[in-house]
Amino acid sequence: MVKKPTNKVLLDLHHRMVRIRQFEERAGRLMEEGKIPGALHLYVGEEAVASGIMQHLSNNDQITSTHRGHGHLIAKGGAFAEMYAELFGRVTGYCKGKGGSMHISNMELGMLGANGIVGGGPPIAMGAAFSNKFRGTDNVSIAFFGDGASNEGSFHEAANMAALYKLPCIFVCENNGYGEYTSQANHQAISDVADRAAGYGMPGVIVDGMDVIAVYEVAGEAIARARRGEGPTLVECKTYRFFDHVGMRGMGLTYRSDDELEQWKQRDAIASFEANLIDMGITTKQKITNVYKKIDAEIEEAVKFAEESPYPDVSELLEDVYSEA
Amino acid sequence: MSEQNEARQLTYVAAITEGVRTVMLEQDNAFIAGEDVAQAGSVFGYYRGLLAEFGERRVVDTPISEKGIMGIGIGAAATGCRPILDIMFMDFMTECMDEIANQMAKMRYMFGGSATLPITVLTMSGGGNNMAAQHSQSLEAWLAHLPGVKVVMPTNAYDAKGLIIAAARDDNPVFVLLNKGILGQRTEVPEEAYEVPIGTANVVREGSNYTIVALGRMVGEAVKAADELSSLGLDVEIVDVRSIQPLDTATIVTSVEKTHRVLVAHEAVRFGGFGGEITAQIQELAFDYLDAPISRVGAPFSPVPFSPPLEKAYIPSADTIVAEVRRALEI
Repeated sequence: MVKKPTNKVLLDLHHRMVRIRQFEERAGRLMEEGKIPGALHLYVGEEAVASGIMQHLSNNDQITSTHRGHGHLIAKGGAFAEMYAELFGRVTGYCKGKGGSMHISNMELGMLGANGIVGGGPPIAMGAAFSNKFRGTDNVSIAFFGDGASNEGSFHEAANMAALYKLPCIFVCENNGYGEYTSQANHQAISDVADRAAGYGMPGVIVDGMDVIAVYEVAGEAIARARRGEGPTLVECKTYRFFDHVGMRGMGLTYRSDDELEQWKQRDAIASFEANLIDMGITTKQKITNVYKKIDAEIEEAVKFAEESPYPDVSELLEDVYSEA
Repeated sequence: MSEQNEARQLTYVAAITEGVRTVMLEQDNAFIAGEDVAQAGSVFGYYRGLLAEFGERRVVDTPISEKGIMGIGIGAAATGCRPILDIMFMDFMTECMDEIANQMAKMRYMFGGSATLPITVLTMSGGGNNMAAQHSQSLEAWLAHLPGVKVVMPTNAYDAKGLIIAAARDDNPVFVLLNKGILGQRTEVPEEAYEVPIGTANVVREGSNYTIVALGRMVGEAVKAADELSSLGLDVEIVDVRSIQPLDTATIVTSVEKTHRVLVAHEAVRFGGFGGEITAQIQELAFDYLDAPISRVGAPFSPVPFSPPLEKAYIPSADTIVAEVRRALEI
């Protein structure tokens, strides 16, 4: 059994979630103000998943992310300044402005990229897990993917091979009920993606993705199992995105009801967790307010850094296509 | 000549094995992954003996899962390994084009240069074995169109070994497109490790008044055609393109500047084939030197047929090349 989280861990989990929430809401407003070019897929609503998983990882453990990738990078230790700079397309960004929101990454943090291709991540995470084992480390890799991606063949191949080779790979399905604008009921005949684990010969676990402690505990078991060399686990986190597929308000498509959204918002992972932390006497309302203030100040500084950073020089266009070594 | 002074000859297949073995010996973090590569030693036999020598940790049979094979390569390369991946038939690359085109080729660029992917992919292309439409294609143009990967096409045993070693030492994804039409052909192959530099074409025959620029198996067909064309008064120079990305345009252009007439030949479908790119480069860089329109030889615009007489008619040959030269020059 994984130990119950200490108070320090609980406060860390809270901190990670708030960092994601505040970063994303600011990013969404910046997009709507026209300051961020292109498309943003915001992680608001799903913060407990990235936070609960990443609490167990070091920089030597890798993750592959999705098109909704900012939250994963923040939880993995990504710095706001380099992240906003990337979203703004500036040369100071994590990818020198060449990747943007959908390809944001940081190799030193073990973040092998957000991905513009649904289902693009699992084979790469499986490969990183192969490498972890090949190199004789006890590191793990995590493939984040959605309910939509669970229908891609790439997920199937990666899951089968991870189980076959007993790789230290955890498949974390963030089931937010929608593949883009199509509900789960309309894109697969099962309601639990975790059911598919049996077909690969790996454990499948369902966890409430709005409960960060539950995610933390389930992830802890799966990760410890992988580190022991006992192979992969499929962890399905039932969650919800509070904003649209793209941006905040999105395109106003009528694919889900206001009622449904409100019901999930009642279960907001951050609000409920904060109430519990106060109840348990681990923190106070004032301390929580201070956490937000500090993070918001950091965000404003990072946005300023991004806005004041130069765009890449056009001479950068052909750099980084190939390694010259 | 005494026995020990005789040039050491290897088949194309044996040279592939020797190239891969050389790399496995010099790079501890190299491994081979693919379908039927370990226990079976590949359906073409070129990994035979490597499982026994290097063990199952480094020679890995995979399920029939091309996306997974590419995924192993990308994830492992990004985290410190030097994978050698095998796609049994080039046609099966279609099963993993996302991993190749959207992930492998673009990762370094998308990540602002922070990812390095030293991946070698070996795959078998070409027809001539009555393997029909899904085991006989030459899809090199698909790969050449992808910024971020390199593509080489060894046409003899010497180049097979040298290009595999160069590919595996390169810090980029390199596709080594092998040709199943020349598996048993022998050429001189030195025992030591050597590289054939990626991005260099090879003038395999010097001539003065006609150039054939050939890819893959068409190099051998061009050599046969050259003998026949000499009776028509043509002294043919043959350029084996050998590396299509990067492309050695300088060697091609130098030859055209000397001979003033040129034909480009490949086994792939002519329409939209890589020959179109070579043709365009020649007219951009050597237009004033041309005394005749540039000729192109390639397969007709149809899938590769199964029936032996149909396939024979489909795949370009020395006869096709000679006929095109005669048509273009009206000789």
